[in-house]
Amino acid sequence: MSNALKDLLYKMADDALIIGHRNSEWTGIGPMLEEDLAFSSMAQDKIGHAQALYKILNEVLGEADADTLAFKREEKQFKCCHFVEQPIGEYDFSIVRQFLFDHAELIRYDILTQSSFQPLAQLAKKVKGEIKYHVMHADTFVKQLGNGTEESKARIQSSLNYAWHLALGIFEKSEFENDLIAENIFVGEDELKKRWLEKIIPVMESANLKVPATDEIKIVYGGRKGFHSEYLKPLLDEMCEVVRTDIDAEW
Amino acid sequence: MNTLDPRIKRLSLDPSTEVEKTNSHLITYEVFHQEKRGKHVTHVGIVHASNPEMALVMAKEVFGRRGKTTNLWVVKTSDVYTFGSDDEDMFETTPEKTFRDPAYYKVRDRIEKFQNKQKFEHEQRT
Repeated sequence: MSNALKDLLYKMADDALIIGHRNSEWTGIGPMLEEDLAFSSMAQDKIGHAQALYKILNEVLGEADADTLAFKREEKQFKCCHFVEQPIGEYDFSIVRQFLFDHAELIRYDILTQSSFQPLAQLAKKVKGEIKYHVMHADTFVKQLGNGTEESKARIQSSLNYAWHLALGIFEKSEFENDLIAENIFVGEDELKKRWLEKIIPVMESANLKVPATDEIKIVYGGRKGFHSEYLKPLLDEMCEVVRTDIDAEW
Repeated sequence: MNTLDPRIKRLSLDPSTEVEKTNSHLITYEVFHQEKRGKHVTHVGIVHASNPEMALVMAKEVFGRRGKTTNLWVVKTSDVYTFGSDDEDMFETTPEKTFRDPAYYKVRDRIEKFQNKQKFEHEQRT
């Protein structure tokens, strides 16, 4: 069972770390001061979630400490989905990514508050308020842009179309799916995806956005198994640059 | 934005919430911060936003990112009514009317007592 738990925690933590790092790239260049602050704070929240999950891996499941897991692993060892690895692009893409990713996060953490694995249930209870705000932020922007000018409508729709099959890759199943369900640790990715669609479709409709058609073949899988997009390696190189200059330094 | 209290509109996550149409310019909203439930709200500054929902979303990180927050209020700046700055003379003499301050007499007595004691001690020493 500990392998199943590790797999779940690693993919959640790695998603949070990588999206947190990506979103922090907007710090200082956000579209306006207020939004710069908001997006930066939310990026910090994500890195905090990653840290808390690595801590559980370390203290409960015997893995290395959080800094080692974050900064001293090889690309292959990361379990994040391709969606979070993508560059920040234009602001419409970053907002659409937050919308699609954080709705899944909110449902995932909400479900995990009932998990039989107590350390995760406690963490989920603690942080779901933070993710609720991330979703509120994304929904507000998506609705505003979707009901805005011709340009904002076109931009948000085309970003949504581009992001769709990447976002569906969040729900890539692991070999431990049935174990997690049987042990009441987590309801599984299929159930999560179902609830996710139920949540996001009404928001897209109220934003006058067309729900992109799903082509199963186009869904971008691989991240959960350690196969990543071309964007992860450069991100890790940059993120780990300082640590690698003196790998054994005490911080 | 439905609420049981007809005086206050609350932001909700309900996807059916309508977006208020705006032009391309952002307007300002005054932000009020409430630290604890039941405590009064305090004006803390402004945010730029296109509608009240966006103003609340922005206010949360601009003014609720440190310390304790229970709630935030936003009010469209143009909905605030105020006196003209040249009417300030209406308030000029008010600080003199200390008899309107219920704590005045009590405090005044204690301050005088303390000052007399200080004076007395000073005289004793010299």
